[in-house]
Amino acid sequence: MENVLQQQQPEKIKPPVTHIGLVGWAKANLFNGWFNSVLTVVTLLLLYKTVPPLIRWAFINAVWKSAGTGCREATGACWSVISANYRFIFFGFYPYDQQWRPLVAMLLLFGLLFYSRNRHHWNKYLGYGWIAGLFVMGFLMKGGFLGLTSVESTKWGGLPLTLLLSVFGLTAAYPLGVLLALGRQSEMRGIKVLCIVYIELIRGVPLISLLFMGSIIFPLFLPEGVTINKILRAQIAIILFTAAYIAEVVRGGLQGVPRGQYEAAESLGLNIYLTMRLIVLPQALKIVIPPTVSILISAFKDTSLVVIIALFDLLKTTQTVLSNPKWLGFSREAYIFIALLYFLGCFSMANYSRKLEKELATDN
Amino acid sequence: MDENRVQEAQSEASDEAMIEIVDMHKWFGEFHVLQGINLTVHKKERIVICGPSGSGKSTLIRCINRLEEHQRGRIIVDGIELLNNLKNIEKVRMEVGMVFQHFNLFPHLTIIDNLALGPIWVRKVPKKEAEETAMYYLDKVHIAEQAHKFPGQLSGGQQQRVAIARSLCMSPKVMLFDEPTSALDPEMIKEVLDVMIELAVEGMTMIVVTHEMGFAKSVAHRVLFMDFGQIVESNTPGDFFDHPQHERTKLFLSQILN
Ligand SMILES: Nc1ncnc2c1ncn2[C@@H]1O[C@H](COP(=O)(O)OP(=O)(O)OP(=O)(O)O)[C@@H](O)[C@H]1O
Ligand SMILES: [Mg+2]
Repeated sequence: MENVLQQQQPEKIKPPVTHIGLVGWAKANLFNGWFNSVLTVVTLLLLYKTVPPLIRWAFINAVWKSAGTGCREATGACWSVISANYRFIFFGFYPYDQQWRPLVAMLLLFGLLFYSRNRHHWNKYLGYGWIAGLFVMGFLMKGGFLGLTSVESTKWGGLPLTLLLSVFGLTAAYPLGVLLALGRQSEMRGIKVLCIVYIELIRGVPLISLLFMGSIIFPLFLPEGVTINKILRAQIAIILFTAAYIAEVVRGGLQGVPRGQYEAAESLGLNIYLTMRLIVLPQALKIVIPPTVSILISAFKDTSLVVIIALFDLLKTTQTVLSNPKWLGFSREAYIFIALLYFLGCFSMANYSRKLEKELATDN
Repeated sequence: MDENRVQEAQSEASDEAMIEIVDMHKWFGEFHVLQGINLTVHKKERIVICGPSGSGKSTLIRCINRLEEHQRGRIIVDGIELLNNLKNIEKVRMEVGMVFQHFNLFPHLTIIDNLALGPIWVRKVPKKEAEETAMYYLDKVHIAEQAHKFPGQLSGGQQQRVAIARSLCMSPKVMLFDEPTSALDPEMIKEVLDVMIELAVEGMTMIVVTHEMGFAKSVAHRVLFMDFGQIVESNTPGDFFDHPQHERTKLFLSQILN
């Protein structure tokens, strides 16, 4: 029986070869039809006109180390605006001889983030690790005991500040947004109305006005003598703002979970809290990974708006360098550098979300 | 079908009531879906409900585990009356298993996690024990080798058998089936019905909404015909199919058997 079957099996047929090598590929993809051919030629021309000069400017004629005059005479980019000022750009007014402290704090943060990439590492010990890590980072930044001199938070700036605002902002905004979304779906009218009002109010104003309110109007309501740290106020504004947007995205995900899932969970005897936590939220949050990450990415970039309340984040420290007469006119180089840093942050978030989506896919 | 095996079990139904429904009414807004349902289901009894689309079959069995709320009359399950009392409702739901037309497995969990979830979180069984129970029931529905796949990777018939096993893991006293085979391709219907027949042989109390008349004839103690929110006729399968009493039943049977 088996033999017969094997004999009858047809020869394995390979898919037909449609294009061979580079020429074939180009023919199929770049020159199929007159319109695409014209488009290809025009694009090639544009690339020829722009790319070589750009490379000449950015690399071949660039000045990497020289300060001042050497830079002014060069025909290429003056990267020394970065190399001469990187410590200020990265750390702002943090005392010069203490800047190893924010550096170590950032490395610790990166280490934790990197380790947390892997979903299999998510357990309660990692949670403890994060809590301990946060304390160590805070202590490193602030100092004040164990022989570390105290550094006021008004002196914090640069990359650590940007990371502080965004990492905390995003990690706090996400659960808050989920709670708001659940509240908006709730059958308890009071909670529902409260959540709707909150979400719509916050979405109705720009982040800048929230930051202003936090830094200028809010202190007017505090009793005399009580002050709340400026960074904290900006942080709260960012959290409140981002949470409202996340809430709406998550609500969309909740609506994407079919009624039958609730019914199956209820008929097993799960109460509403367990139904949400074990059945509905895991599915809803998975559906909305792409839009959620979009929000997180834009929130990350929006942290640069804190310049308007005079916090020295990465963008502001760079601008401060540029306002020094010695470096006047090299803004192109500086902004390209900052853009690269932001791009790295955004790109890794986008990348990670794609990885997560793939890992969580359960059909086929 | 194993008609003989089932016939042997036929006499098992006892006199003790498992479910009592007394003059129960339900409205969807203005629409009077269920109009005075009276039904007593005995322990180990197997009931098949049929009737035209929209007659309220699903609504009736969904009232029994409070997926729908009735507005008048009483429903008592295993001595617990369904009132607006969350504790009562949860207790009843633990006793009553439900199998849906569209399976409703949890797509983000593996098969074994689908099964172990209820026992772990509702019955507070230790994880290891819950997984052993899960494997036992998966084996019973002939699907143990799929334990670590996700629902999306299984065929419809396999998914429905998993759904049955998921309910069984909660050791329910009653199983409700709402058209369990009507979303399945014909070649998968038998594998699901076979599992249900095995359950019947073991003496499970069952209420099955289905149009599988072969199943009704061989497994049911009683067949109910519903129309316009009422139980029009209730009889043993023999009499129900051979000597239907009401015109509407006759009409329905002539339509469904052709
Ligand atoms: N949530 C609801 N809101 C309003 N009307 C509903 C709701 N659920 C069901 N109905 C209506 O109640 C009636 C009975 O519905 P039910 O699902 O119980 O019928 P059924 O006998 O199960 O029909 P089918 O064989 O099509 O499943 C139908 O007319 C249906 O439109
Ligand atoms: Mg129905």
